[in-house]
Amino acid sequence: MGFDAVYDFTAGIADWKAAGLAVEGSEVGLTNVLAAARTDVPICRPEEVLGDVRARATAAGWDEALVVDCDNVVVGRIRGERWDHPDDLKVESVMELGPTTVRPDGSLIDLSKRMDDKGTKLVVVSDAQGHLLGVVLAEEARQIAAGVDPDVVWQDCDGCSGRAIPNAASDTVKIDD
Amino acid sequence: MITNIDRPALLELMANDAQIVDVLPDAEYAAQHIPGAVSIPLRRLDDEAPQKLSRDKPVVVY
Repeated sequence: MGFDAVYDFTAGIADWKAAGLAVEGSEVGLTNVLAAARTDVPICRPEEVLGDVRARATAAGWDEALVVDCDNVVVGRIRGERWDHPDDLKVESVMELGPTTVRPDGSLIDLSKRMDDKGTKLVVVSDAQGHLLGVVLAEEARQIAAGVDPDVVWQDCDGCSGRAIPNAASDTVKIDD
Repeated sequence: MITNIDRPALLELMANDAQIVDVLPDAEYAAQHIPGAVSIPLRRLDDEAPQKLSRDKPVVVY
């Protein structure tokens, strides 16, 4: 090219979108998974004890929690019978390992259909490196995919805002930049 | 010489006024591209880069 400083972003726009970063263009208006991702799901570290996490999740009105490492990478999930273990056990000893995640740039309509077909109530959204971006609930995905404003959907759930980012580190779903 | 970079490095370069060049075909650029990127499809790169890009700023292609 005859230029001194030339760089190649080899991962390309797919990696850019997978990180949840904005794009421009004629397809921007299409609803993607990130549009329905709420960020108020309880999270915890693997070394925390189950009783503390259960109390926090229950107080927040959730029946599951996600486990992230110090880099905010999703490493586990606690739900269902996983909660039945003794309070003093560490999360890492009871969590589901390596939960399935979906990318933020996928089609929300397609995801909603898959969730309905499989009876999935919640999916975890992460970037390509596994950093937690949020979670999508089936009912909310259905409404948002149908064109309902996400803020309206989230306001309907006891007035909470799914976009709220609590300031307590252990409760926070960090949005990577 | 072209240096391969990852996303964090791209963001840093963008913050430093780098020129972002989408070398994909016109239709793909029209559909979606990184904000601020200019379109110079690969096959036209040699001809158009000197006209569309400044030599005083870093250039990032993708």
